[in-house]
Amino acid sequence: METQVLIIGGGATGTGLARDLALRGVQCIVAEKGDINAGASGANHGLLHSGARYVYTDPAVTKECREESEFLKTLAPHCIENTGGLFVAVEGDDEKYVADFPHLCSRCGIPVRTLDIKDARELEPALSKNLIAAYAVDDATIDPFKLSLENISQAQQLGTTLLCYNKIVGFKKSGNRIKSAYLLNTKTGEEIIVEAGQVVNAAGVWVGEVAALAGISIGTLYSKGSLLVTDNRLTKLVINRLRRPADGDILVPGGTVSILGTTSVRIKSLDKILPSIEEVDLIVNEGAAMIPVLEATRYIRAYAGVRPLISSQGGIDDRSVSRNFVLLDHIQNGLENFATIPGGKLTTYRFMAEKTADLVCQRLGVSSPCLTRTEPLPCTQASKWTEPGLGPRWWFKEKHTNESLLCECEMLSTSVIDSVIKSIQKQNGTLSLKAIGLRSRVGKGPCQGTSCGERVIGYMYEQGLLDSEQGLTDLRDFLCERWMGERPVLWAEQLIQAELKEALYCGLSNLDL
Amino acid sequence: MVMPTLKIIECQLAIIGRGMAGMASAFFAANRGISTVQIGITGGTIFASGLLDLMGVHPIEKKLPWRDPWAGIDALIRDIPNHPYSRVKKKGIQAAFDEILSFLKEAGLPYYRRKDRNVEMITPLGKVKRTYCVPQTMLSGVRALEEKRPCLLVGFRGLNDFSARQIAATLQDKWPNLRAARISFPDTDHVSEIFTGEIIAQALELSENRKKLIQAVSPHVKDSQAVGMPAIFGMHRSQEIAAELEDKIGVPVFEIPTMPISVPGLRLNDTFARYLSLKGVRLLPQSRVLEVGRESNGSFVLGVGNKTIDYTLRTKGIILASGRFWSRGLYADRNRIRESVFDLPVYQPRDRNGWHRENFLDSRGHPVNRAGVETDDSFRPLDSSGRPAFETLFAAGSILSHQDWMRMKCGSGLAISTAYAAVNSFLRSNG
Repeated sequence: METQVLIIGGGATGTGLARDLALRGVQCIVAEKGDINAGASGANHGLLHSGARYVYTDPAVTKECREESEFLKTLAPHCIENTGGLFVAVEGDDEKYVADFPHLCSRCGIPVRTLDIKDARELEPALSKNLIAAYAVDDATIDPFKLSLENISQAQQLGTTLLCYNKIVGFKKSGNRIKSAYLLNTKTGEEIIVEAGQVVNAAGVWVGEVAALAGISIGTLYSKGSLLVTDNRLTKLVINRLRRPADGDILVPGGTVSILGTTSVRIKSLDKILPSIEEVDLIVNEGAAMIPVLEATRYIRAYAGVRPLISSQGGIDDRSVSRNFVLLDHIQNGLENFATIPGGKLTTYRFMAEKTADLVCQRLGVSSPCLTRTEPLPCTQASKWTEPGLGPRWWFKEKHTNESLLCECEMLSTSVIDSVIKSIQKQNGTLSLKAIGLRSRVGKGPCQGTSCGERVIGYMYEQGLLDSEQGLTDLRDFLCERWMGERPVLWAEQLIQAELKEALYCGLSNLDL
Repeated sequence: MVMPTLKIIECQLAIIGRGMAGMASAFFAANRGISTVQIGITGGTIFASGLLDLMGVHPIEKKLPWRDPWAGIDALIRDIPNHPYSRVKKKGIQAAFDEILSFLKEAGLPYYRRKDRNVEMITPLGKVKRTYCVPQTMLSGVRALEEKRPCLLVGFRGLNDFSARQIAATLQDKWPNLRAARISFPDTDHVSEIFTGEIIAQALELSENRKKLIQAVSPHVKDSQAVGMPAIFGMHRSQEIAAELEDKIGVPVFEIPTMPISVPGLRLNDTFARYLSLKGVRLLPQSRVLEVGRESNGSFVLGVGNKTIDYTLRTKGIILASGRFWSRGLYADRNRIRESVFDLPVYQPRDRNGWHRENFLDSRGHPVNRAGVETDDSFRPLDSSGRPAFETLFAAGSILSHQDWMRMKCGSGLAISTAYAAVNSFLRSNG
C-alpha cells in the first residue's frame, strides 16, 4: 500500500491528526494495533478541562485548555456535556492553597465564581458537610469514544484508510528516510507493507516501542492512573478537589454514571494495565472526604490508563510547542520523514493534531491551512450509540418499543445493535463484542455483560454473522475483558452480580470448560 | 390454636432459605414428621436450570470431567477432605437422591439418571455438560446427542436468550446432523419480545396452542429424528405435553435448559412448594431473619419479616440454607465476608486481593467461591474456637465452605445431600 502519511495509533491524537490532514487534502493510513481508543484515549476521566486545574503549575497549559475547550464546545457540541465544574476544599485542606485559587484563575483568564458553602451544597447535595470553599469554573465532560469515532469517520469519508488490529512490526529505512513500514494483522496474521511519504508515531504510551523499531530511543516513563465507574450519576457538575493534584480528587459525570479518579502509579511494563484493589480503596477513601456517598455507593467497574512521560534526556530533540506536549521531529536522529507525538491531555488533542499536521504538511510541501479550528465535527451514525441514556430515550420516547431488547441495563434493541454492527463494518473493523461495546453501551451497565453478552452473541448467530465456536471464543474474550475491570470492585452488590455471572456462564453453561 | 394477632409461631425446626438446599431441607424434615417452618425470599430454585448436578469436574484446574460421578466423589474426598461431600459420604448422598427422585417421580416431575454414570446434555450456549439427573423431558436430547442422530433445534422469535442456530453452529463438529430453525411461537407475531420461557410454557398448557405449535414445527422436521426446543413444555404437565408433541410431530422431542428464569427451575420450585404445603410446612414468604435470640433451654427465638418484624418464631433447631452472596446468605463489604444471620465465622481468603483471580475463567476458580461456613461432621457451623456455635444450628448447601459448585458442577448434589445430612443430624440431636 502507498500513502502520503502513515499514522501509527488510533487514539484521540491519531484520529484527530487523520481528520486534520484529510481536511487539508492529505491522504493517510491509520494503523491501530487494537481498536479505536484502545489506550489512554479510552481510559481517562472524559474531562474537558477549563484550565483551572493547572493555574498553580502551568499558565501555558491553562491557556491551551481554556482555548481548546472553548473551540470544542462550539465545534463538537455532540461530544460534550457542558456541565460546568466546581473546585471544592474540605476541612483539613491547605487553606492558603485554597485562598490563592481565584486570584490565579483570574490571572490566567479563567472565569471563576466564588460560591457560598450553602449554595454549593444546594447545587450539589452530595458534597461533604465539611466543605470550606467552593468555586465554579467552566469544566465540562467529553465522550472520548464519540470524539475519536467521529474524527476517524470524517477522515475516512475524505479518503483516509483505517487499519484496525494492525500492529507495526518494523520499518525499512533508506538513507535519512523511512521507506516502508511493516504491519502485522493481529487477527489474521497477514502482513502489509506500507510505503509512506511521512510517518507519524502517535502510539500514545507505546511511542517508545514504535520509535525503537526505527532505531530511535525515546526515554518513556509510564504512569498508570486508575478510575472507578459508579452505577449512578452522583453529581451534575464536575467536582475537583481544590488541593495539589493527588489521588481520587476528581469526580466527573459520564452521562448516566460518575467517574472517580485517579491515581498515579509508576509502572515498568505495559503488558498488563490493570486497576488494582489498593488503588480502588485509595480512590474511594480519598473521594469520600469530598463526597461522602462515595464510601457507600455501588461501583460497577474500574479501569486504568497509562500516561506516557517523556523524559527530556537521551538526545531527544525537545522541540515542544508547549510544555503541555512534546512533538519530536527526529531530525537529530537522522530521519526527515518521521515524527513522534506522544499525546497529552484529551482537552488539547486538537491542538496537538494541528501542530503535528503543520509539521507533516510543511515536509510534504502542502500549504493548505488547518481547518479543524473552524470546521464543526460532523455528527454521524458512527458514534451515535456511545451516548449514555440514548437507549432508553430512543426506545421509550421515540417509540421503538416494537423492538426487542438485547441489553436491558442500557435498553439497546436489535436495530441499535444492527446499526453498531454496520458502523464496525464501515470502519473495516473486526466484528466482536468488544468492538460493539466500544461503539455502544453494551457491557457497560451494572450487569457488565452478564445478559447482553450471551444475547448479542445469540443474535449474531441468528443473523448469520458467526459460525462454529467463534461466538463462544468472542464471548470468553469479552467476559474476561469486562472482568479485569470488575474484579477490584467486587464487594456488596457488585459481588452478587459477579456471582450470578459465574453461575450462568460456568455453573450452568460450561463456558469454563 | 394460634391467635392470628399474636403471630408467635412454635416449631421444631426452622429452615432459613428457599433455594435448592432450603427446599430439600424442608422436604426431608417434612418427610420425617418434624414440625417445620421455612423462611426466605423466593430464590435459588427459580434460577436453577433444572439439571441436578452431582459431581462433574475435579480437579477443576485440570478441567477433568467425570463420567462416573461416584468415582469423582472418591477422588474429591481424597484430595479435598474438607469438601462437604466427605461429611455426607457416598451412602448418604445416594440415599438423599433416592428419596428426592422418588418423590419427584410421584409428584409428576420425573427425572432420569443412570446410577453410576453422568449423562451429557447441551447447554444454552452450545456447550456439552455432564450432569447426574435430567428432567425426563430432556432425555431424548441426551440420547440424540449420544447417538448424534439427525436432529432439529427450534428457537422462537423474540425469545432472545435462546439461539438454536448458535447451538447448532457451535456443536457442528461434534454433531454434524444438527439443524436449527427459528419460528414464531403461535400468535406472537405482534410482540417483539417473549421475555422468558415461562410465558410460552404457560401458553402450552392450552391444547389449542399445542396444536398450533405442532403445526408450526412439523414442516421443519424433515429427516430429523428428534426435535429439541428450549425448556417450555408447560408448567405442570410437562410429561404429558412432551408425549403429545412427540406423538403429533412424529419424532422424539426434548427440552434444552435455558438461561434463567428457567421453566424446569420453576417446576422444581412449584413441586416442592406444593408438597411442603401439603405436609404442613409453614412458609413465611418473602421474609428474612431480622433478629436472633436464645432462651435458656436452648431454643431460638427469631424475629422474622421483610423490613420489620412480622412474626416471632420459637424453634428448637435451625437449618441455615441461606445460600451465598446472590441469596444474601453471605455478605461482603470491602474488607470482609460475613455470614448474614448469625455472623458466624466465615472461612475466607485474607483480604480482597485473594477473592478473585484476574482472569474470569481462570481454571483454578476464584478463591472467594470456596469461602463459607465451616462445620463439624454433623454440619453444625463452628464458632471462632472451632466448636459448634450452637447445639442445634446446622448448615446446608452452598453457604458451606471448601467447595466451588460452579466449577465442580456439584451444586444440586451439594444442596440435596447436605440438607439430608443436616436434617438427620437434627433428628439425632433431638433424641
